[in-house]
Amino acid sequence: MITDRPLALKLLREMLRIRRFEEKCAELYSAGKIRGFLHLYIGEEAIAAGAMQALGPEDAVLATYREHGHALARGIAAERVMAEMYGKYEGCSHGRGGSMHIYDARTRFYGGNAIVAGGLPLAVGFALADRMMHRPRVTACFFGEGAVAEGEFHESMNLASLWQVPALFLCENNLYAMGTALERSEAETDLCVKARSYKVGARSVDGMDVLAVMQATIEAVATIYAGGGPQFIEFRTYRFRAHSMFDAELYRSKAEVEEWKKRCPILGYTNRLRAEGLLDDAALAALEAEVAAEIERAVAYAEAGTWEPVEDLARDVYTARAA
Amino acid sequence: MTGTAPQARTTTTYREALRQALREALARDERVFLMGEDVGRYGGSYAVSKGLLEEFGEERIRDTPLSESAFVGAGIGAALNGMLPIVEVMTCNFSLLALDQIVNNAATIRHMSGGQFSIPLVIRMATGAGRQLAAQHSHSFEGWYAHIPGIRIVTPATLEDARGMLWTALMDPDPVIMFENALLYNLEGELPGDAGAVDIDRAAVRRTGNDVTLVTYGGSLGKTLRAAERLGAGGVSAEVVDLRTLRPLDMPTVLASLGKTHRMVIVDEGWKSGSLAAEIMARVMEEAFFELDAPISRVCSAEVPIPYPKHLEDAAIPQVETIVAATLRTVGRHA
Repeated sequence: MITDRPLALKLLREMLRIRRFEEKCAELYSAGKIRGFLHLYIGEEAIAAGAMQALGPEDAVLATYREHGHALARGIAAERVMAEMYGKYEGCSHGRGGSMHIYDARTRFYGGNAIVAGGLPLAVGFALADRMMHRPRVTACFFGEGAVAEGEFHESMNLASLWQVPALFLCENNLYAMGTALERSEAETDLCVKARSYKVGARSVDGMDVLAVMQATIEAVATIYAGGGPQFIEFRTYRFRAHSMFDAELYRSKAEVEEWKKRCPILGYTNRLRAEGLLDDAALAALEAEVAAEIERAVAYAEAGTWEPVEDLARDVYTARAA
Repeated sequence: MTGTAPQARTTTTYREALRQALREALARDERVFLMGEDVGRYGGSYAVSKGLLEEFGEERIRDTPLSESAFVGAGIGAALNGMLPIVEVMTCNFSLLALDQIVNNAATIRHMSGGQFSIPLVIRMATGAGRQLAAQHSHSFEGWYAHIPGIRIVTPATLEDARGMLWTALMDPDPVIMFENALLYNLEGELPGDAGAVDIDRAAVRRTGNDVTLVTYGGSLGKTLRAAERLGAGGVSAEVVDLRTLRPLDMPTVLASLGKTHRMVIVDEGWKSGSLAAEIMARVMEEAFFELDAPISRVCSAEVPIPYPKHLEDAAIPQVETIVAATLRTVGRHA
């Protein structure tokens, strides 16, 4: 039973924002407005939407190249995220990063890392700094299950645990590292076993259930603050779309995708809210309209954005120095 | 050094100068900490950090497991989150295990974030051959790292620079890699009692001369200066330019010297192909071709993995004799 109606609707709104934003991105990609790689988060929205509720404004967030949803859920304006997709100067990384490298100082959002597992060592360092400076914060690091095959995952788990830093490792297990299924790449497919082998507290939850995601993340953060050391959560989820816009999806069956779509996090949650009397058709339509307007504004903002002058090409490689 | 008159000179070593720089940085700012393999209990594999654990404690003199990628990445993360970390990678040979963090994160995050974030990190690593440690422990990767925009590369070759580059590098908002040639740690000499921070922007003329410019850096500076002495005895006046910072290169200082001598030899312990020496040659061609009275020559490492036997290792890397010979050819003289 959900008692906090504003929070309940907020979770739905966050998931809808991500879903509609990503659908628009796919459309804009086809239209040639967004280029490069584009990794959509459709199907996995409950994780970013749920997990972010456990974090405070002073906490740091690190994510992967599939991070548009995290950026939106963290509170970066859709306008600035969309402008970044376009590569416009008004984007949150001034267009220099693109879809895979969303950064935002205001919300302490530190990328947008396109090297699998590349953000984990950074997260250990973020958390170490907070511990050394006695700042009551956590660092949340999102990554996919593909990362567990990388040495950086294992090195980081060990280091985080050895130093007992306040790091929260949030593993989005969507079952495929690009096209390679977990059981085809890992001898041990139980991800929590790997984390626990480094004495990192671990739990596995249904990543299609936004409330379960939120609850698990809140508990993990509480465990960190209670002195439980770094924590690991596996969110069992599924990517409804291709890995990127170049992926022909030869490695999984349509039937499997359809089966998972029945567990759509938004559909399931919407039904639940209806059943509990927290949502009706009119409220849902109003929410959809509100989100659609936001996405429309984001596209208009990106369209109206400016291209950085070529003369500024070498900007921000090094910090400008006083002569 | 307290109680010493400011200008009194004290005898020290490159190692002690580095340690003094670390000590000063740690004492000066609570955000500074040192981490790396064996920096604490062991005292540093080259004994640079010996005694610092007792002085500053385990939090700030932080031993790490053999996880180069994780602890270099942690240094980057800590720098992004308000600290001034000094990461010691035992040798540049092992830094390859952290290459992803250095190249994909340290060098790019400022740019990828549109200038939102700085990474005031210093990575120290030993470099160079000459101790019969064979191919996997004798690399010179300074030139390689200098290929990468977004990081600054410094190569202290003197006691003054060992003492003074660290603080300036820490105050730089961008990541700096400091290469310490392992043969320099025992280098002895004198430093003024008030020695402190030095600039990391300019190359330095270490010896003045009129006939030829010898450009070098790091571990090859001593050999080049000895070669210059020998050349001087034979009537060839060689000017020696110590690059000090390999990225960004201080070409004005190099070109000013060339404008005087019109001949150049570059001494670089990196392999010749794609070397820093090649880069300097190319820039001279682009920027000062008509200043040259003779082709530039290079004394670099032979194109082999560094071999174990002493006579072969010696033959593989720049030596005083090979520098002298190359210089004589360049000035049109024969030994």
